[in-house]
Amino acid sequence: MKRLFILLLILTLPTALITNASPASAQQAKSAFKVEDPMGVVKVKPGGPVHIACWFVVAGPDASLGTDTKRGVEIAIEDKGGKVLGFPIKLTVQDTGCNAEGGQAAATKLAADPTIIAAIGSSCSSEARPGAPILWKAGIPTVSPSNTGPFLTDPKRGPEYEGYLRTAHNDKVQGAVAAQFAFKQLKVKKAATIHDGSPYAEQLQAVFVETFKKLGGTIASQEAVAPTDTDMRPVLTKISTGKPEFIYYPLFIAAGGHITRQVKEVKGLEKVALMGADGIFSPDFYKAAGEAAVGMYHSSPDFSAFGAGYKTFLERHQKKYGEKPIAPFHAHAYDAAMMTFAAVEKVAQKGPDGVLYIGRRALRDAFYATKNFKGLTGNLTCDKYGDCADPRIAIYKTSVENIKNLVLPDKPFWKPY
Amino acid sequence: MLKRLRERMTPTDVVMWFIGAVILALVIWGSIATLSEGKYSSHHWFDFIVFGLAQGSIYALIAMGYTMVYGILRMINFAHSEVFMSGPYTAYYVAAAFYSSGFLDRQPIVSLIIIFLVSMATSTFIAILLERIAYRPLRTAPRLVPLITAIGASFFLQYAFRGLYGSGFQAYPVVKILEGEWLFGEFRILKFQAVVIIAAALLMAALYSFIQRTRIGKAIRSVSEDKETSSLMGINIDRMIVTTFVIGGMAAGAAGVLYAVMFKQVHFYMGFIPGIKAFTAAVLGGIGNIPGAMLGGIFLGLVESVGPTLFLDGLGIVAPYQLKDAIAFILLVLVLIFRPTGILGERLAIKKA
Repeated sequence: MKRLFILLLILTLPTALITNASPASAQQAKSAFKVEDPMGVVKVKPGGPVHIACWFVVAGPDASLGTDTKRGVEIAIEDKGGKVLGFPIKLTVQDTGCNAEGGQAAATKLAADPTIIAAIGSSCSSEARPGAPILWKAGIPTVSPSNTGPFLTDPKRGPEYEGYLRTAHNDKVQGAVAAQFAFKQLKVKKAATIHDGSPYAEQLQAVFVETFKKLGGTIASQEAVAPTDTDMRPVLTKISTGKPEFIYYPLFIAAGGHITRQVKEVKGLEKVALMGADGIFSPDFYKAAGEAAVGMYHSSPDFSAFGAGYKTFLERHQKKYGEKPIAPFHAHAYDAAMMTFAAVEKVAQKGPDGVLYIGRRALRDAFYATKNFKGLTGNLTCDKYGDCADPRIAIYKTSVENIKNLVLPDKPFWKPY
Repeated sequence: MLKRLRERMTPTDVVMWFIGAVILALVIWGSIATLSEGKYSSHHWFDFIVFGLAQGSIYALIAMGYTMVYGILRMINFAHSEVFMSGPYTAYYVAAAFYSSGFLDRQPIVSLIIIFLVSMATSTFIAILLERIAYRPLRTAPRLVPLITAIGASFFLQYAFRGLYGSGFQAYPVVKILEGEWLFGEFRILKFQAVVIIAAALLMAALYSFIQRTRIGKAIRSVSEDKETSSLMGINIDRMIVTTFVIGGMAAGAAGVLYAVMFKQVHFYMGFIPGIKAFTAAVLGGIGNIPGAMLGGIFLGLVESVGPTLFLDGLGIVAPYQLKDAIAFILLVLVLIFRPTGILGERLAIKKA
């Protein structure tokens, strides 16, 4: 018992010292100058790290989506020489699992760390819905490189999303491009959609349906599965009774792979055209779907429209990780990281004691004030709801070689512009 | 008569029966509406049933492991889903090696047999380890203790395999002889589904006759009836319990390969959903009862496949397959309202626990 007491004493001692010490240094600083912020001020001691967090899906079937963006952030940090304003950058990564629960858990963990200045993430829109408000409550703004769900930047999204921005495109754009492609290029008159109940898939197919109907097409059925479902044959059999020529299923890798493999096994769907979206535009999806994915279409950011720096980025990526990017959002992540560093540089003030002061509200405002930011993905300008992307969406078609070598196609198959 | 009934029924019973009757009425109404609509032809229904049978026989094989362990130890082996995952995930590496060397295409039957053996051996090994390390030391502990260990062991195994094989997923190679379909008049059946259904049926028949006909099977049954008396009769209880885990592990390993043949994706988390479904199947059939587990598995598979279309399409509910788990679990509730011990569960005269 006594020993336990001593142990506790030893453990509490450093914390006591720190809590005693910090007001003293703050007082010193106060005499020289003052940084105030309604959401609090983060102080970075000389030599101490500027702490940035990533919340991405880096495990499970959708790990490629998050790993790809993580690499984008890492390359951005390298390009900054690992430092911002002379302070080393510290990166923390939390896995989010590509579901609401994972997003909530990751955001809660990050929000509990007062040293974190800004976050980059999340990967899936379902994670951001509960996660972004938790982070913003703790004064942490977050920039997502791959959330595309329209509601996150909707005018009606509510003040709890005020700290949220994204460099990824809004699916209002992506869904419309997909519908135009199906109707105008493939001359499809009757289409079916499948979503998995996630906000990303549900809203994306809704935009598709709306645009497709407006163009004059008919929708045979709008079905749904669960993201963990494996047996898609029953739902596909149900779809086959509507006789669609085209199935649009903007899902994630596990369910998307099952549908692609099983669709040709269902009577009446042998000749149907298949199309997915950016969530399954990945070599991992090719692995999951196998040869069944040959001839399939994907909507994705148009890599050929990216800025001049993209080529060097790809070379750096190849050198560092020994492969080509494994999902579509690495460049968006690079831009999100660079935007974060630019915002920190704009807002941070160095005190006479060498301490860096960063106001949380001021940092968020600096993010939102981003204008004509030259990124890899284009010129980024944030609107008042946090949409910063310069969205150019193209359609890609998968070939036999793509499946054989597990590489994404290089050139777009079709562009709306 | 009526008076006696009134005395025996508590208000809760009345409410439960009422809920049951409402669900049943909805099911019947939905089915009639769907069938009278005539949107689906007989070959559609045949397809739905075959898909359900294939999925259900996998559930049934996994459920056998749950139900047998429950029968003998009166505990739910929640780590059984990881026993199921470990086999096909390990056998994937054998399958991939066979595929890249071309052996899989030259000798598909031999390769499939080897893949089955590797998967069953791994699952059995994991099941034995589980019993030895996680459950045997706690056999005399209160009942909640092994339950918690089981959950802990489940997480441990999941993350151990994640560390071993990586956090991503692997795709099983395509076995060419199992692709394509057989035609019976106007009905058709996918080859691998026929194989899955037949293989599962044979395995279940073999395991069931092992339990019913052999001396070891008899000993296992006697241990599950009464441990002390059995040990007085000279039965080695530890050995019988291990044998139970071995049988459950073998069934799970075989189910794993069938699952991989049907769905192609394996990852460290793959056991979770089939595990929960199989557990549900075991409860549905009457936990502790082996034919019950088989029946429960097949029933659950059929409901998941046929149910959303049959019950909900006629009611005008959009995207019914999103609700397939809800339907399965509502039916579980329905069965348990009318038969609290499950479809084939016997009423126990003496409470064994």
